[in-house]
Amino acid sequence: MTTTTAQATQVYQLFIKATPERIWEAITRPEFTTKYFHGSYVDSTFEPGAAYNGYSTDRSQQWVDGEVLEADPPRRLQHTWRSLYDPEAAAEPHSRVTWEIEPQQDGTCLVTVVHDKLEESPKTAESVSGTGWIAVLSGLKTLLETGQPLAE
Amino acid sequence: MDDDDGVFKALADPTRRHLLDRLFERDGRTLTELESGLDMTRFGVMKHLRVLEEAGLVVTRRSGREKHHYLNPVPIRLIHDRWIDKYTELRVSALAELKLRLEGIE
Repeated sequence: MTTTTAQATQVYQLFIKATPERIWEAITRPEFTTKYFHGSYVDSTFEPGAAYNGYSTDRSQQWVDGEVLEADPPRRLQHTWRSLYDPEAAAEPHSRVTWEIEPQQDGTCLVTVVHDKLEESPKTAESVSGTGWIAVLSGLKTLLETGQPLAE
Repeated sequence: MDDDDGVFKALADPTRRHLLDRLFERDGRTLTELESGLDMTRFGVMKHLRVLEEAGLVVTRRSGREKHHYLNPVPIRLIHDRWIDKYTELRVSALAELKLRLEGIE
């Protein structure tokens, strides 16, 4: 297969059998994010203009920083993103992450993550592509549908 | 759409796998871009894209008047977790055990 540079706009989507409220809670509360988001402890008030920070599970290191751009609980969240866990990525400009939660007829929700504005941040684009977001979303699904974090 | 059948059916076609590979190389392509390089009518390509979209492997987003197609790798990961991990893990652990026994460590 040809190698390729990671994409400047990345779209990830899946159905999760849970209410929008539970999904929102799982995205915004650290007791959940530490279980599926590569162990990341998320810290934000999730109000527009507030800081969006992600730390290691024990909070000893900061992994991500950003700012909340839009928050419409439990349907839509948009924040900027800078990966601090890698020195090269940390030197790149902030990119943008958008979460959309759309309830379906059958009691599931369609969850979409768009990570874009990565044109000037190739190192970040590379680190979040591949298993990056995929592992986060499949872990979120497993956690919400079974109550158990995905075994690593 | 959140259905293994849909994903397996969508993947069981060389043109659709080719379309996924093209999006893997460069994401966010329009129908016109995807159509070039394929010896197929626009309608034919649209049909294949619809199957991929229904299986959740392709997500479309509008930007102005243009419709962009994005590869969504999540359903493949879910298939992997459900169908591949399970079997390869057993196989690998059996081999690891065999190696240990043959090398007389155990």
